[in-house]
Amino acid sequence: MGTTASQLGKDMLSEYQELTFLTKQEILLAHKRFTELLTKDEKDLPNTRVPMERILTLPELKSNPFRKRICNVFSTSEYKDGGLTFEDFLDLLSAFSDSATLEIKSHYAFRIFDFDDDGTLDCRDLEKLVNCLTGETDDTRLTPEEMRQLINNILEESDIDKDGTVNLSEFQHVISRSPDFVSSFKIVL
Amino acid sequence: MARNVAFDLNHPLMEAGLESPIDEEGVHDSFSQLIAEQSQNGGASDSDAFELQELQRQLDEEERDNVAYLSGPGRELREFQGRNQRDTEWEDAETQADPLIGERWSSATMKILSSMPSRTIGRNRGAIISQYYNRTMQLRRRRQSRPAIRDFSRSARPSIRGYGIETDSAEAEVSKRDRLVNNLQNLSVSDRIRMLRAMPLNVSEKSELRSLALHKEKRTLSRRIPCCSQLKYYIINGVRQGWYSWLSFMHSLHLWQVPLKRVSGRFGSGVLSYFLFLKTLLFFNVFLFLVTGAFMVLPQALHPPAPSAGRPSFTGLELLTGAGYFSDTVMYYGYYCHYILRTSCRDDGGVHNVSLSNGTRPDCVSKHLSYNMPLAYFFTIGVSSFLTCIILVYSMSKSFGQSFRIDKSHSILAIKTFCSWDFKVIKKSSVKLMSENICTQLKELLAEVSHKQVKNTRCQRLWRLMVHGLAWTICVASTTACVLAIYYCSDHMHQNLQLFLHRGVSDINPLLNEASLLALPVLVSLINLLLPGLFNLAAWMEDYESPSVRTYVSIGRNLMLKVSVLGVLCYHWLGRVAADPKIIGLKCWESFVGQELYRFLLMDFIFTILDTLFGEFLWRLFSEKVLKRRRKPVFDIARNVLELIYGQTLAWLGVLFTPVLPAVQILKLLLLFYIKMSSVMMNCQAPRKPYRVSQMTTVFITLLCFPSFLGASVCVTYTIITPSSSCGPFRELKTMFQAGKRWVEELEKDNPNLSVLARAHSYLVENPFFLFVGAGIFLIVIYFHSQVVDGQRKIIGLLQEQIENEGDDKKFLITRLQTIHEQKRTPARRLASQNSNC
Repeated sequence: MGTTASQLGKDMLSEYQELTFLTKQEILLAHKRFTELLTKDEKDLPNTRVPMERILTLPELKSNPFRKRICNVFSTSEYKDGGLTFEDFLDLLSAFSDSATLEIKSHYAFRIFDFDDDGTLDCRDLEKLVNCLTGETDDTRLTPEEMRQLINNILEESDIDKDGTVNLSEFQHVISRSPDFVSSFKIVL
Repeated sequence: MARNVAFDLNHPLMEAGLESPIDEEGVHDSFSQLIAEQSQNGGASDSDAFELQELQRQLDEEERDNVAYLSGPGRELREFQGRNQRDTEWEDAETQADPLIGERWSSATMKILSSMPSRTIGRNRGAIISQYYNRTMQLRRRRQSRPAIRDFSRSARPSIRGYGIETDSAEAEVSKRDRLVNNLQNLSVSDRIRMLRAMPLNVSEKSELRSLALHKEKRTLSRRIPCCSQLKYYIINGVRQGWYSWLSFMHSLHLWQVPLKRVSGRFGSGVLSYFLFLKTLLFFNVFLFLVTGAFMVLPQALHPPAPSAGRPSFTGLELLTGAGYFSDTVMYYGYYCHYILRTSCRDDGGVHNVSLSNGTRPDCVSKHLSYNMPLAYFFTIGVSSFLTCIILVYSMSKSFGQSFRIDKSHSILAIKTFCSWDFKVIKKSSVKLMSENICTQLKELLAEVSHKQVKNTRCQRLWRLMVHGLAWTICVASTTACVLAIYYCSDHMHQNLQLFLHRGVSDINPLLNEASLLALPVLVSLINLLLPGLFNLAAWMEDYESPSVRTYVSIGRNLMLKVSVLGVLCYHWLGRVAADPKIIGLKCWESFVGQELYRFLLMDFIFTILDTLFGEFLWRLFSEKVLKRRRKPVFDIARNVLELIYGQTLAWLGVLFTPVLPAVQILKLLLLFYIKMSSVMMNCQAPRKPYRVSQMTTVFITLLCFPSFLGASVCVTYTIITPSSSCGPFRELKTMFQAGKRWVEELEKDNPNLSVLARAHSYLVENPFFLFVGAGIFLIVIYFHSQVVDGQRKIIGLLQEQIENEGDDKKFLITRLQTIHEQKRTPARRLASQNSNC
């Protein structure tokens, strides 16, 4: 059964269903949305990788300040250009789906917030994160003094082993105390 | 410093040497490097080529580094932490001896630091695989599928083994992976699926793992479709495609999928929670409606009793009052018959297909279906409310578990930073608004943290206390006044009805008479509409600092109002009307109360619509056109949810008297959804204040369960004990319980073997002892759970302490390592630090 990009085989569908948190219907919808992003000749090729620019035209990601990070985290591209294949796209949707566990959500949230991909949230990551949250315009930005204080406080609160950075388990520890995280870390197609 | 050693990862070499997430080897051979380095140190061979090179690089780097050091955020951090002194003596001495080393680490140390397990777990595939290997192991052990002995020996210390002290490389990862696959094979299918799903790997890797795990089973399956013809293949394919498109079509039919997405895209989770709550209520009512419809309304509608004479004609006002034309239909309790419904066993036509239960015709019973209406009525109501209760308690406890964790430390700022972004919001202006909100909140929190409670003077406190006192007085007084008004109004109505009865109905316009029934519902709904505004005014006067306190106070006041209003109404129905129904000429007070509840429900709906129209739509127009303000009104989630709860309480109260009330409630909720949705989209803007969704949802579910459902069921139970004797399915019985008792007795008569059942019934239902035992067990279970939670809290405290100690240890070791390294590099420094250390 050939699985070109425009067609989804039955085996593939059930396999995807088994491997992700998505339902069959959600996978089909995702497939539909993904094929819409493909150009005409790409539709016949298997495993096409859609470049990040085109992924970011999706309204669900368009105005998200973390959009580039999201693409980079879920991309399996060798060139680290943030391009997504359909499987990567499913991964993304699975992590952001309704039924994904707190653990998997917090894992990916951590990777999204870890801007330099070094496995911990250090001061720089936190600074970038806060800047993403508050927006890049000058009137909403925190002053350097506030930023310093904020980062110190965050580290003081969440850095349990006091090594100056927030690692994954410390991050998950913080997240587990915020029940709203599961409901807000969602993207619905 | 000390407790906070900041490892400066801005180090230039550091960045160059950092591995990408996929890149494994560099990370995983780092420990071997550590070991190698140590052995080198131990060997005391001073000037290795390696060491020299290292030194050269180090010096270069230090120079480059100075600039970064001065400007990097890490420095300020260190200074700040330096002020927070909790330094240990040893480190203090060291810093004094050599401030340059202090906390600046050589590149080798940095590399080790960055490859420490706690830091690699977030990005490293190997680490994830071994973590999940451990989990599958634990799962297997728990499921007792007898793992092999070699597995046992390996998993003795999961943490250390997991991250490869055993100098792992690509080879080690492969073996780890094999072991994981082996474990996955031995899990049950559902466990395997769950495990695979929860792995934070990408789909292609997971599918590889899966196919490896399925390998054995696959081989046994032979390919069965070699001879499949081309045509057949195409047909199957076509059918499948059709099925898929059908499935995706069904997905789009999912209830309110698109509108809910639009609301969340614009307003975030807070406003969404209102609509989700509405949806939950809708499901409760659909359930109730299906049960009552299938077991009570439908059988009764199929076997109508002989129609009573003089049925009033349909005028249209009935839709509002529920009386008149509707009063003698399946809508109300009084219509239901008290005998066993049978399908006709005589051949004389279908009109008299109902026979009395005491006119027993054994041949009929044996040959045809019979339906015991009182029993059905009793059990349908009982079972459905029992199920509702269980669902409510279950969702309440689940929601409690999710929203209130056992934890005493509150890391507000960290939570705010990590969890406040709502990924569902997709509208550009809303994203901007959310950024602004987060920014203000962060600034406020920071100000709060740095100032840590400005002490109020005594005078200010007294003033605040007075304001609060005044606000509460206003609220309580207005509530009391409203309750009194309702009390006297209902009393007046009651006496009016008595007067009508004495004077005879002839001299009064029946329409007017019927319309006057609406007075009480209108009054109550008006109070429900206006008083919350007054409460809001009081809250504005009080000017609460924290938004959550403000919300809780407002909920408390609204709840006080609603509970007391419903209390008075229940007294009116059960104490006045039910106590002496003859005095106002009622044959069946249950039907009357059912009608009243219908009216209340409808009026509540109408007033909600009016509120939406005036409070939201016109207010928006007014403030835009006249006041020229750009701000739109904010959707008051708490108040709206409380209105929903009030309406649901009415529906639950009324289901015994008006079995079709859930259907009315369903209609109401459906309409309300669309009205509120369009109103919110048109008139409102995203709330500025943060809204704690899950905690509030927990509070609301609790309210739905505790005063609403329990109150309603207590009232209903009261009626179950004393049904009216001239109408309804229980007219020959003293209490409704006797319907069950009588049935059991009959069963026993027919079949003496079932006497055990009868005895069990009489023990369980009639004896209060078992009720007490059940409640006692329940309380004991709750007590045990609270004790367990208490214990866990203590353990969490201990563990946290231990983690801090481990962090100190780590820091100590690294500092030592660094010192030794430094000693080796420069003899001069070695001297200095030896002096200081010893």
